[in-house]
Amino acid sequence: MISNELKAIYFISLKDIKSYYFKPPNISWGIIFPVAMALAFYLRNPIGMIDLIPGLLGMTILFGATSMEAVVITFERRLGSFERLLLAPVSLEGVLAGKILGGAFFGFVVSSAMLIVSLFFFSFPHFNLFFLILSLILSALVFSTLGAFVSVAVKEVFEAQTLANLFRFPMIFLSGVFIPIVTLPLPVQIISYFLPLTYSVESLRNSLLISHNIIPYWVSILILAVFSFALYWMSVRILKKRLG
Amino acid sequence: MENHFALTVEGLTKYYNSFLAVDHINFQVMRGEIFGFLGPNGAGKTTTIRMLCGLITPSDGKANIMGFDIQKETVKVKRQIGVVPEISNLYDELTSFENLFFMAQLYGVPKSHRDKRAEELIRLIRLEGKKDALFSRLSKGMKRSLTVAAALVHDPPFIFLDEPTSGLDVASTRNLRTTIRQLNQRGTTIFLTTHNIEEANQLCHRIAVIVKGKIIAVDTPEALKKSVQEKSMVELGMENPNLPDLLDSIKAFDGVDTVSRCQDRFIIGFKGGPPWGSFLQYLQEKGVLVTSVNTLQPTLEDAFVKITGLDREIMMMEKEGKKG
Repeated sequence: MISNELKAIYFISLKDIKSYYFKPPNISWGIIFPVAMALAFYLRNPIGMIDLIPGLLGMTILFGATSMEAVVITFERRLGSFERLLLAPVSLEGVLAGKILGGAFFGFVVSSAMLIVSLFFFSFPHFNLFFLILSLILSALVFSTLGAFVSVAVKEVFEAQTLANLFRFPMIFLSGVFIPIVTLPLPVQIISYFLPLTYSVESLRNSLLISHNIIPYWVSILILAVFSFALYWMSVRILKKRLG
Repeated sequence: MENHFALTVEGLTKYYNSFLAVDHINFQVMRGEIFGFLGPNGAGKTTTIRMLCGLITPSDGKANIMGFDIQKETVKVKRQIGVVPEISNLYDELTSFENLFFMAQLYGVPKSHRDKRAEELIRLIRLEGKKDALFSRLSKGMKRSLTVAAALVHDPPFIFLDEPTSGLDVASTRNLRTTIRQLNQRGTTIFLTTHNIEEANQLCHRIAVIVKGKIIAVDTPEALKKSVQEKSMVELGMENPNLPDLLDSIKAFDGVDTVSRCQDRFIIGFKGGPPWGSFLQYLQEKGVLVTSVNTLQPTLEDAFVKITGLDREIMMMEKEGKKG
């Protein structure tokens, strides 16, 4: 039975990856937006570009994983095709896991592509491949789950997009992507520690650089895992409630 | 005894906050029968199906499909059932073949059989020419047929059809009804919800009538019709229907309950069986030349109107509204 559930999760994510993720508009949103933002900061301060790479990677995963994930469930529920998945012999938890894995895979792939490109231009002083891959995977999972949470919390696609941006844009400026958290006013710093992107950027910084890290690597990893689980649990609860 | 039943429902209830959508319903569906679930819009048909399919949780009661409890063994139940929802809900961005292949993956059809099964089903619904067409590009009737095919991908012994022919043209409706009969002939139990009384009459072995969340009758179409037959209805054709005071003369005959005229014919209701000999002699004495006699049977629609208490005109409006 577990094997059937796992297979169904795999097929749901595979279908989503083929149908939604590797399409030109999604790729451009997942890559071009973070690159444009990074370029703007680079033009302002070209010397410190290497310090921006962890934040750029974190932002790429955030936008890559949430770009479709934040609307896909709402979209399919509107069309009725989400119900088709719920009618299949797989639990609601499994259906949601399949949806999340599709978004997480896309976030991981686009951020890996970004990482490979950055390796041609920069030499990272504290490069740790294992730490890096673990950070990318957990970051992709947490942001895809955040996307799913947004997607199940609302009824309309435009509401999902609005709510996703409400989460994403403040995170860019409050999570140490461009501005180190320690330089932020204390009340804002407190908010930063409640945002998953903070821990994603910190874990990536720990995997590439030795400067500016304020949270130990394993603490960031643990908190990312807790965020993923909590968001997944809440998404399942909300979805069950919405379905009646 | 349980083995005879494909579905048993006991006290199944659904509340949406304080609104009672389905009210402690009880019924059984025999293995191999086409069971109709008939009711006006908002009667609780779709809510019942959604509970039975595991899409929503019942507020109370229990149900058992092919021996599995719908709440405790939901995934096992889902393996036993195929569902054709009211809305054709496959994936617009996948082709006909890809949709069926994806369903075969989800339902655990072995890898080596998935292609073959998808091809077989495309042939069954006569959609060979649209195998590689996107679902979004298919006509409404084709989408409906493909949705039926998707429900059959794992060859389930029990199928739910929710308003299967709603909004379809005559040809698509006929094709779909043929497919439903073929499936039933192969032993598949079919649970059909419909507001189309004629469809239920043509297809179903037994019918449950649900109104305002309550089941008010369960029987064969014939028995339901018979249950509302309070008098014998006869239609008489006459060569000279314009004789003076004819309507009153017929009404004056002992045993006649009601008389109405419909163009050149008279619809006569008798209390009990018509006393043919004396009645025809009586007409002859009045100078009436009878050319035809038809015994009228109540239709399922008559039975439905009588059982539900619904106004016939309101029911017709509902039908039209649903189609629109």
